[in-house]
Amino acid sequence: MSEIIIEPVTRIEGHAKITIFLDDAGEVRDAHFHVTQVRGFERIAQGRPVHEMPSLMARICGICPVSHLVASAKACDEVLGVSVPPVAVRLRRVINLAQIVQSHALSFFHLSSPDLLLGFDSDPAARNITGVAEHAPELARDGIALRKFGQQIIERLGGKRVHPAWVVPGGVSAPLQPDQRDAILATIPDARARAIRALNWFKANLADWAEEAARFGSFPSLYMGLVHETGNAAYSDGELRIVDQRGKRLLDGGDPKRYEEYFGESVEPWSYLKSTYYKPMGYPEGIYRVGPLARLNVVDQLGTEAADQELAEYRARLGRYPNSSFHYHWARLIEIVHCIDMVEELLADPDILGSDVRARAAINRTEGVGVSEAPRGTLFHHYKVDQDGIVQWVNLVIATGHNNLAMNRSVAQVAKHYVKGADVREGALNRVEAVIRTYDPCLSCSTHAVGQMPMEVDIVDPDGAVVRRLSRDGG
Amino acid sequence: MSEVRTLVIDGRDVAANSDQTLLSVARENGIAIPTLCHLEGLTDIGACRLCMVELEGSKKLLPACVTQVQEGMRVVTSSERLLEYRRRVIEMFFLERNHVCAVCVANNSCELQSAARALSLTHFELAPLHPDVAVDATHERFVLDQNRCILCGRCVRVCDEIEGAHVWDIRGRGANARLVSDMGTPWGESTTCTSCGKCVQVCPTGALFEKGRSVAEPKARRPYVPYLVGHHRRA
Repeated sequence: MSEIIIEPVTRIEGHAKITIFLDDAGEVRDAHFHVTQVRGFERIAQGRPVHEMPSLMARICGICPVSHLVASAKACDEVLGVSVPPVAVRLRRVINLAQIVQSHALSFFHLSSPDLLLGFDSDPAARNITGVAEHAPELARDGIALRKFGQQIIERLGGKRVHPAWVVPGGVSAPLQPDQRDAILATIPDARARAIRALNWFKANLADWAEEAARFGSFPSLYMGLVHETGNAAYSDGELRIVDQRGKRLLDGGDPKRYEEYFGESVEPWSYLKSTYYKPMGYPEGIYRVGPLARLNVVDQLGTEAADQELAEYRARLGRYPNSSFHYHWARLIEIVHCIDMVEELLADPDILGSDVRARAAINRTEGVGVSEAPRGTLFHHYKVDQDGIVQWVNLVIATGHNNLAMNRSVAQVAKHYVKGADVREGALNRVEAVIRTYDPCLSCSTHAVGQMPMEVDIVDPDGAVVRRLSRDGG
Repeated sequence: MSEVRTLVIDGRDVAANSDQTLLSVARENGIAIPTLCHLEGLTDIGACRLCMVELEGSKKLLPACVTQVQEGMRVVTSSERLLEYRRRVIEMFFLERNHVCAVCVANNSCELQSAARALSLTHFELAPLHPDVAVDATHERFVLDQNRCILCGRCVRVCDEIEGAHVWDIRGRGANARLVSDMGTPWGESTTCTSCGKCVQVCPTGALFEKGRSVAEPKARRPYVPYLVGHHRRA
């Protein structure tokens, strides 16, 4: 048996490698997606005061720190036993929506659009955001501008673009000022126009990617996300909903605090990333997906006009429950539109300027669970503290863990179709990486956004000797 | 009975009272010397070694906060040697405990951090000790995080000299020295602590802070500490 190893996987957030196993006939037998880094945040937090947790946990990631801030602060709210003032609940929503816009923009424009615009088989040296800027400057500019839009909102609310400390246990540390609100609102029309333009470009070219759409993780699975009582999409609050590929609700109104009843975690010897599964269906049958594709599948509607129009077209063209991970891209673009709409809606309400933004309390409970939707899917933070508020135990279930089983199955599906034997084209291996990019996995905070890390592919014979090595410089 | 003394600091002729320290004369004359353990209104103990100065005729550096002026002294407060010495002192403060500015309550309002910035300390050359030290959150209102303590002893002195409670002491020696309340009982069980909060106010780092304070959340400004501790600056 031979192996093909892709390491490191490029244009993703974090470090990973892919191993493709060939049988004696040279056919792909299986493929694994390995996360090769260990972070240890669950251990680092032990012994720290619980009020430090939002900022400490936000350091897990430089792309989606706000989702960690929100989930962590919500777990701390539980420990304090407080009701967060309504203004603070809404301000937390605004900052999380802003982060989803900037993270989605990074994923779609900077990391994935090079494949879509220039082609999966194009020259890897130019297959990056600067290549996009050369061939479609407007598309690249839209991506950069949308990322800036989200980052500026985070800065205006939280004081800095990355790792703001503004979201705190009990609420937020300072109310929104009128001039900041007006400055944010002024940027909405431009951002919306850019998002719609990118969406139109994607829809117009969808037919070109029909082959990839059919094979990039195209299989039935369950889908999970947070939903408001109204059936609208929820990103910072809401309840858990799980549907199957035909829309049957296996879980509805699920209490995030009971996540341990819903999800099991399995550990594979070849990855530091745990695989979660829906407990009632067992491992690995309980495979489910989270993130944009899943959220669009679980919600009845998004809840804003422009986004719901796009959602209607998406469902008309792909069906009510699209099951190809390729459609994460489209779903992500629709979510950008929706998040921009929601930021506008929340800020248009004059009550958003209210000064009652923080509830204070001593330690009233010794356990708390917080949940939020990170750009790439549902995020759980679960803490146990002693009576003085010193953290004793932490469990984090992150979006990429939810998607781990699906990512592995997707990698195997793509490899089986595009890889034949050891004599493999670079474009085929790029597709194996590209299917991982559809999930926008956040393997940690380190970002190789422009994809300059070299990729090495080792083909190993049954005795473990490298029979062929392919390498590329930058990609 | 104090008498007038004349001396030279950084090439400038200055006059002082005989009971003044080099630090107070320098500051009176607008000459900046960095300090951490010094706090106006408290007895100086020369603990942090940041205020070391050069004295002509002496190979040893002298701590300005506890060196009394003498007639004819010629003192240098800033030189490459002193800057290097001070940088090394700050570096060792950081490395002796676990200072993680990014997630510290005192981030951006920390005197250790400010001193490092003022001295352009950009990296560490020594290896960190990473000691396993605990957080004492047993007090109803305040927290002691040993990870951030630099053993300046301001809390010990303010509690003893101003509040009159003497809750705090430093136990052990060298790298094993630890701030302890009531001879080593948890702060929350202290029978002497009046919960006045003076120790928290004078702490230069994030070692003592209000429970519930979040990361980088500023505490009350400190320029008024001399009023808090009940003494007035010299004219």
